[in-house]
Amino acid sequence: MATAGAQMETKWWSGGKSPFNVEYGKLMMWYFLMSDAFTFGAFLISYGTIRFSQNYWPDPNVVFNAFPFAGHANLPLAFVSLMTFILIVSSVTMVLAVHAGHKNDKAGVVKWMIWTIIGGIAFLSCQAWEWTHLIMGDHAVMINGQIENIGTTVTRNPWGPAANVAAHDGHHVGTTGPVAFGGYFFGITGFHGFHVLSGVVINIVMLIMTMNGVFERRGHYLMIEKAGLYWHFVDLVWVFVFLCFYLI
Amino acid sequence: MEHSVQEVTFHHEPGGSEVVKKIIKTTIILSVITIIELGMGLAMYAFPMAAGLKLFLKGVIVILSLLKAFYIVGVFMHLGEEIKTLIMTIIVPLMLFIWFIAAFLWDGNSWKVLRNTYNPKAATEVHTEGGKH
Repeated sequence: MATAGAQMETKWWSGGKSPFNVEYGKLMMWYFLMSDAFTFGAFLISYGTIRFSQNYWPDPNVVFNAFPFAGHANLPLAFVSLMTFILIVSSVTMVLAVHAGHKNDKAGVVKWMIWTIIGGIAFLSCQAWEWTHLIMGDHAVMINGQIENIGTTVTRNPWGPAANVAAHDGHHVGTTGPVAFGGYFFGITGFHGFHVLSGVVINIVMLIMTMNGVFERRGHYLMIEKAGLYWHFVDLVWVFVFLCFYLI
Repeated sequence: MEHSVQEVTFHHEPGGSEVVKKIIKTTIILSVITIIELGMGLAMYAFPMAAGLKLFLKGVIVILSLLKAFYIVGVFMHLGEEIKTLIMTIIVPLMLFIWFIAAFLWDGNSWKVLRNTYNPKAATEVHTEGGKH
C-alpha cells in the first residue's frame, strides 16, 4: 500500500513524513543562510548607496594591483583572482566530500574534507596578506598642502584623484579618497573572512567527527551536507564581494 | 501508517560517476565565467572607453555573477534537487532584494544629484520669500 502510494504520487502534507523531504537541521541551515544572505545583502547595498552618492570612487584596478613577491609590478586583480579560484576549488572539494558521504565512503570524506580545509586556510592567508599590504603600503598624497605617505585604513586612504603636483622622485601624488572606501572594504571583506574562518573551524570539527567514526555509526553523513551548505554559501557571498569590490 | 515508526523520508539517491561529471562540468563553467568577468574588468582598465560602454560591461558582469550564483546554489548546494515548495520558501523571500537594491541605489544617486545641484544661496532666498507670505 505504502510503496504503491509512493510510486503514484507522494502526498507530502498528509502527515507522518517531512513535507520538505529534508532533515530538520538541513532545513534550518537553509533558512539561516537565507537570513545571512540578507545580512550580507544589506552591507553590500549600503556600500552601493554610498558609492552611488559619490562623484568619485577609486578604480579597483588601481587599488588592488599587487601580488606577493612581485615587488611593485602592476598586476591588477591578479591576486584576487587567485583568491577567487582557491575558494571555487575548495567549494568543489566540499561537493566531493558530500558526494563521498552519500556513498558512506569514510576515507573519501576524510580526504576531501582535508583538501577543503587547506583551501579555506589558503584563502584566509591570502586575505591576511592583502589586508597587510593595503594597510602598510604607503602612497604619497596631498593633505592640507603637505605631501604625506599614508596607507589604506578605515579613517583615510590614498585613493583619491591625482593632485596637480609631483613628488621629488617623480612619483604620482594623489589626494585622499572617499573615507567610506576603507570602512566598507575592511568591514565587508572582514565579515566574509570571519565566515570563512568559522567555516574552516566547522569543517575541522566535521573532519574530527568523521575520523572518529561518529557519522559511520550514525549511518549517514548529513552533518557533512550541512557543513557543505555553509561552505558553499561562503563561496557564494565571495562571488558578490568579488563583483562589488573588485570588478565593477 | 507504516511510516509512523520510520518517518525518515529524506534519502537522496547516492548517484554514481555522473554526479562527479556534473561537478566537474560546473567547475569548468564557473572558472570560465570568472575568467570572462576578469577579462572584462581588465578591459575597462586597459582601454579608454565611453561611459555608456563601461556601464554596459558592468551590467554584463553583474548578470554573469548571478549566473555563477545560480550554478553554486543549484548544483553545489543541490537546491535544484529539493522539493519545489522548499525551493520556493528560499527563493520567494529573496525577491525582496529586487526592491532593496533598486530603492537604495536610487536613493544614493538622488543624494548625489541633490548635493551637486544644491545652492545654499537659492535655498535661503526661497526660505525668506516663504516667510513674507
